[in-house]
Amino acid sequence: MNAQDIMFVILAVFIVCSAFATVISRSIVRAATYLLFVLLGTAGLYFLMGYTFLGSVQTMVYAGGVIVLYVFSILLTSGQQEELRSTSLKKTVMGLVIALVGFGVFYSVLWMYGFPVQEFAASRFLNSPDENVITMQTIGENMLSTGKNGYLLPFEAVSVLLLACIVAGIVIARKR
Amino acid sequence: MFDFSDFTSWLDTVLLRVMPEWLTILVECVLVALGIITLYAIFAMVMIYVERKFCAFVQCRLGPDRVGPWGTVQVVCDVLKMLTKEIVSLRKTDRFLHALAPFLVVTASMTTFACLPWNKGAQILDFNVGVFFFLAVGSIGVVGILLAGWSANNKYSLIGAMRAGAQIISYELSIGMVMLTMICLAGTMSFSELCQNQAEGGWYIFRGHIVALAAFIVYLIAGNAECNRGPFDLPESESELTAGYHTEYSGMDFGYYYLAEYLNLFICAGMASTVFLGGWAPFVIPGLDGFNEVMAMIPGFVWFLAKVFFVLFLLLWERWTFPRLRIDQILTLEWKYLIPISMTLLVLMALCVSLGLTF
Repeated sequence: MNAQDIMFVILAVFIVCSAFATVISRSIVRAATYLLFVLLGTAGLYFLMGYTFLGSVQTMVYAGGVIVLYVFSILLTSGQQEELRSTSLKKTVMGLVIALVGFGVFYSVLWMYGFPVQEFAASRFLNSPDENVITMQTIGENMLSTGKNGYLLPFEAVSVLLLACIVAGIVIARKR
Repeated sequence: MFDFSDFTSWLDTVLLRVMPEWLTILVECVLVALGIITLYAIFAMVMIYVERKFCAFVQCRLGPDRVGPWGTVQVVCDVLKMLTKEIVSLRKTDRFLHALAPFLVVTASMTTFACLPWNKGAQILDFNVGVFFFLAVGSIGVVGILLAGWSANNKYSLIGAMRAGAQIISYELSIGMVMLTMICLAGTMSFSELCQNQAEGGWYIFRGHIVALAAFIVYLIAGNAECNRGPFDLPESESELTAGYHTEYSGMDFGYYYLAEYLNLFICAGMASTVFLGGWAPFVIPGLDGFNEVMAMIPGFVWFLAKVFFVLFLLLWERWTFPRLRIDQILTLEWKYLIPISMTLLVLMALCVSLGLTF
């Protein structure tokens, strides 16, 4: 095991434990905090792989944006420490079934993809991560290009969606 | 010019000779972490002293002058007091979150602190997305503040946390816009490249002329708001909210917030001096070779610290001159004035760069 494997194991254990704590926790603010740890751990995995841009986006959007929004809305809506009430048998069974189905879907997708483990281990691509495998310039050009790997249409579609959200927010919040 | 990477690569080869690779990495990480934490503590103490003296100067007072020469030992006494004070544990609160919140704030602050380029070759976290990483990690601190306000089970804390959250999230936008403006001019986001470019071609505040100067002013306003400092210190306005989101904290838990607040100010100034004033890059005038050589004799970290303290002087001046705003005035200032201004600046800078109007 080299240093990178050790870091991977630490991060993986951290993510799995936090993910379990997120679902098990009864206090909703604590669940949001554990979710923050899951998302930060995932960002850590991206940094470990050398994808610094993806790691930064993960930190900014999920840890800095979504979680703040969650905590904000929890603070604004619920009163004192609102604990989740104990669940009924029907809910437990439903939750188990959904969890199993989700696990089955993810596992079958991963299994069918058949990761070429040997090739990855042989190439230096994963062994010694280099943040310059994909430069910022490549990302920026692909984001705004209409070519084969271009993302201009999704980018514009998302911006229209966000504009609609902003307009809707103003309509709801304006003084009458 | 003195290059710090000579020293680090020498250390690396020496360590590699005596121990395996993973242990070398571990030892180096521990050394760097110790370095960061020591610098963090030292600069916190310096900042507290500077703030007190400057505040006293603005208000025509003397400031601390009893303990030690010019009151310099006062800060050390305060730190010892803070470290030895009792930590009060609260009933009917979420203990875990209450204890966790200050660490989130301090961790975010320390990680951004590690991004600063101290000297040529002496930057710790230097990704190709440096500026973006800096902004991303800085945004985690808000979670700590919100959790602190919620977990204290106290209405003053909660109101303070809500104000802090609303304010920081809003002002992050114009800081991001201003950074984008400067990245547009620089063409890179890595801190080492930013500094290197400015050492070779002049500081960006001169190269971007009017637009960069306007962006610098917007950054100074938004930076003060981002650090929750006056005239934007509503989250902890002592006349209405006792102490805002850290009302219920005592001892060193409170000390962490104090530390993070001062260091965030330092980091804000450090970022301004890196992006606008060239970081460790010396002041050069093209053509005057003798002058430039003399300037290059001064080591990089001296340049960096001098610029940081210059920007700090501007920030403190702003902080102690203006009266505190109301929350609606703060949000109006951001959403109706600063964001349109910074968006216009971004477009103007893009135009200047594409038309070749920059130096």
